[in-house]
Amino acid sequence: MTITARRWLFGVCGAALFTIFILAVRELPQFGHYRGPYGDVLNRETVYERHVTDVVSAVNFDWRGIDTLGEESILFLSVVGTIVLLRTGDEEVQGKDNEDAGPNADIPLPSDATRVAALGLVGPLVVFGLYIVTHGHLSPGGGFQGGVVLATAPLLVYVAGALKTFKRIANHQFVEIMEALGIGGFLGIGFLGMARGAYLRNALPLGTTGHLFSGGTIFLLNVSTGAAVAAGMLSVMYAFLEHTIEVRLRSKA
Amino acid sequence: MSILPYVVSGWLFIIGLYGIVTSRNFVHLVMCLAVLQSSTYVLLLSVGYRVGGGPPVFASVPVGTPAVDPLVQALVLTDIVVEATVVALLLSLAIRIHKNTESVEPDKIVELRG
Amino acid sequence: MGSPLAPLPVLVPLAGAIFLALVNKHSARWFADLVSISAVSASGIISLVLLHRTASVPIVYWFGGWTPRGGIAVGINFYIDPISAGLAAFICLLALCSFIFSLHYFDSVGNLYHVLMLGFVAGMCGFSCSGDLFNLFVFFELMSISAFALCGYKTEEPSTQQGAINFAVMNTIGGFLALLGIAMLYARTGALNLAQIGRALSHQADILFVTAFVFVICGFLVKAAVFPFHFWLADAHAVAPTPVCVLFSGIMVQLAVYAVARVYWSAMEGPMSGHQAAITSVLAIAGTITALLGAIMCFAQQHIKRMLAFSTISHTGILVVAFALLKPKALAGAALYVIGHGAAKGALFLVAGILLHRFGSVDESSLYGRGRSMKWTGAVFAFSGLGLAGLIPFGTFAGEHGMDAAAEGTSFWWVKVVFIIAATLTAAAVFRVYARVFLGRGVPNAAEELAKTSDEARETKGPHDHVPAVMFIPAAILALAAISSGCVPGSVAHFRRSASVFSETAAYQAQVLDGTALQEPMLSKAGEQPFPAAIRSAVTTMLAVAVAILALLPHRHRKLLHVERLSRTFLAVRNAHSGKIGDYVVYFSFGVTAIGTVLVFLICRH
Repeated sequence: MTITARRWLFGVCGAALFTIFILAVRELPQFGHYRGPYGDVLNRETVYERHVTDVVSAVNFDWRGIDTLGEESILFLSVVGTIVLLRTGDEEVQGKDNEDAGPNADIPLPSDATRVAALGLVGPLVVFGLYIVTHGHLSPGGGFQGGVVLATAPLLVYVAGALKTFKRIANHQFVEIMEALGIGGFLGIGFLGMARGAYLRNALPLGTTGHLFSGGTIFLLNVSTGAAVAAGMLSVMYAFLEHTIEVRLRSKA
Repeated sequence: MSILPYVVSGWLFIIGLYGIVTSRNFVHLVMCLAVLQSSTYVLLLSVGYRVGGGPPVFASVPVGTPAVDPLVQALVLTDIVVEATVVALLLSLAIRIHKNTESVEPDKIVELRG
Repeated sequence: MGSPLAPLPVLVPLAGAIFLALVNKHSARWFADLVSISAVSASGIISLVLLHRTASVPIVYWFGGWTPRGGIAVGINFYIDPISAGLAAFICLLALCSFIFSLHYFDSVGNLYHVLMLGFVAGMCGFSCSGDLFNLFVFFELMSISAFALCGYKTEEPSTQQGAINFAVMNTIGGFLALLGIAMLYARTGALNLAQIGRALSHQADILFVTAFVFVICGFLVKAAVFPFHFWLADAHAVAPTPVCVLFSGIMVQLAVYAVARVYWSAMEGPMSGHQAAITSVLAIAGTITALLGAIMCFAQQHIKRMLAFSTISHTGILVVAFALLKPKALAGAALYVIGHGAAKGALFLVAGILLHRFGSVDESSLYGRGRSMKWTGAVFAFSGLGLAGLIPFGTFAGEHGMDAAAEGTSFWWVKVVFIIAATLTAAAVFRVYARVFLGRGVPNAAEELAKTSDEARETKGPHDHVPAVMFIPAAILALAAISSGCVPGSVAHFRRSASVFSETAAYQAQVLDGTALQEPMLSKAGEQPFPAAIRSAVTTMLAVAVAILALLPHRHRKLLHVERLSRTFLAVRNAHSGKIGDYVVYFSFGVTAIGTVLVFLICRH
């Protein structure tokens, strides 16, 4: 089909589909008037049941923990899949380790302002990321959000031009272990709950509301998720970077 | 308009599809898919909104204060992070296509047909 | 709370995948094979135990111990009934055969192939057991992601990426369309649990409900490769590694039809009870077109894996028609058909993998006569072809018999004819390939034809001069499974009982939300004679053989059959399968719009 034919055909179908959607959506409860019982039960019961104040984290790691395990598995398998898809094959040659960026290097050196700002932010980002991960059950935050923040810290190292350092960080054994332990930890902690009747049941002492070590397994699951997400994102970034550098090297050769 | 958020969600879905239909670059195509994914997030989040409701965090307010639905927020936040890695997977496919065929145009790759 | 075994079919393969990823750099290939085979076998055995335990009363397992409060489901549950446990067990059987097939020879990237396969198995098992709509979507995504990566596994071929990206984009769009529907249902009912959604839906089907229903169903039907969403499947199968294709065609596509049935019968039956005719008509027509189009395209293919992919499309169309009848008897037939067809298709793909291993090609013309020395492999191939034709006593025969019996006396009696045509053409294609490749019959192709065909990338290493036992044995096992699924005494009654349990909506909701146990369902006495059906199946098989022989005739005889006029229309249909993702998405939007408009018009007339 030509692009014009596609445009016309999709134009008609898309307009019809959009119309049906609008007609349907007019029957939804008015925006701002959420009715449903499920959310209200969660809001009402969480602090009492689990001694945590952030209901969203409790939903993710306790009420609907198996969903989050599924989502983390998706993340884990996407990372594995990306690594499999970007692997160097038999016909390809692994590019040699190039130096850090410089005026004559393969990667141009970023400006001084970029380098200072980027390197200056690495430390605070790590602390901030750890804060968000560990306080996820008390205030908005948690493993997913904090993990992404943690993953951006090494990325800033790359932005600052310290390529070799970034590769050393991202390729480190530690990252792989952290990823597998992150999701493996989630899976394993879930088995603790089996002792109390069901998989992923909160089996640890719940502590006092508002304190750091409260919520039982919610805190631990938060931390393991943070590790898994951070490590996963870092592996993906590293895989893409390896590939790009290699292409650049080959095109120069 | 009280259905504006829903309309936005539907519109995002349709233009995401349109982008995929008329795309001339695989990277653009994958990004249109990401736009399509965000339409579902908008719909989910707007379904859970409550006028006058605060965030579902009861650290400084007592339990019982009107709050928005925590469930959809939980669903969307895990989805966003996970779908970012899914987009990474699709982009790696796009990179491979470029590597093997020196082209990123969807309509130029016709190894499989019939 | 239910048996503690319930989550294990999902958790065991997942734990295996994580463990293998952790020890990836330090473990030998044999260790990865060992762990994967053990994980899948353990999961399969547990599923069989669950199948046995749930024979009379399904198990409801609440994760985290969150049982419903005041009729509101606050957690996520797995609902294990004979159909879901049976599907999980079958998934593990297919995965076991795939792993045995890839032992030693398959070119694996460290352990990562095993990690992806185990993740795929975990996703599929979770998909078959889940009782929560969003959880269903999560497992749908999990099995999709692993499938995308496995499909693109052979990274050196450009066609692989095309197939993988078509697959990935189409399935993701389908999944997110379903999520839009799920969001609308959540807004309407305030619940994500299937049983609770069913209870909360009032008995009026308005446009919101119908649209949500259409979105969810179409999202799953994209994965089920129903016309006009089927275009991605042939591309994906042509490029995915053979053991992966076994899982794709054997169970992944059929699971999507299962999900449609599960969502319909547990959640959506209430408002739809007055509109069954509308749903049956629309879905039966879609299924019929799928079945016929798939069968015709199947017969026209030269590439063996692509041919088998179109045959899967055709047989899944039959499953959709069976679902569309909305009767427990048809459902029982469909469940049996899934097992029979899945095993036969798995065996066929494994034989294709053997051909690829030995000769580096899966093209029918370039393989002409080269399989003459592989008598047993050829026998497995032809035997599984009989399974596709639905010959008695294969599982497919019992399944089709059940589906025909359900259609008897309704206005959809003609589906019987559709089944016959689809089974004939798909089996004929298999017989034609058997005759060409393994017997050397028919017309040897001219040199130019041979030059057109390209060699496939090899996916296995090692000596290519014989058929390894690890490759032949799983193919034989699956072929035997295809026939034995129809032979087990009492299996039909068992499937009937499971299907009745499956379709009892009110009882499902009561058991999940209130914890009240089910009563033994009343079964109407069978009453159909299998004898006429057996004759029918024999006739279908003979027709298939006849069509295959006709296809082997030299070209000058074919002119007598007036194929020229048909081939121009047919060429247009073939060109529609262009391999371009833009076209596929246009067809997709056309399909959703058409199905949506028709159903809205039929159901929401004020």
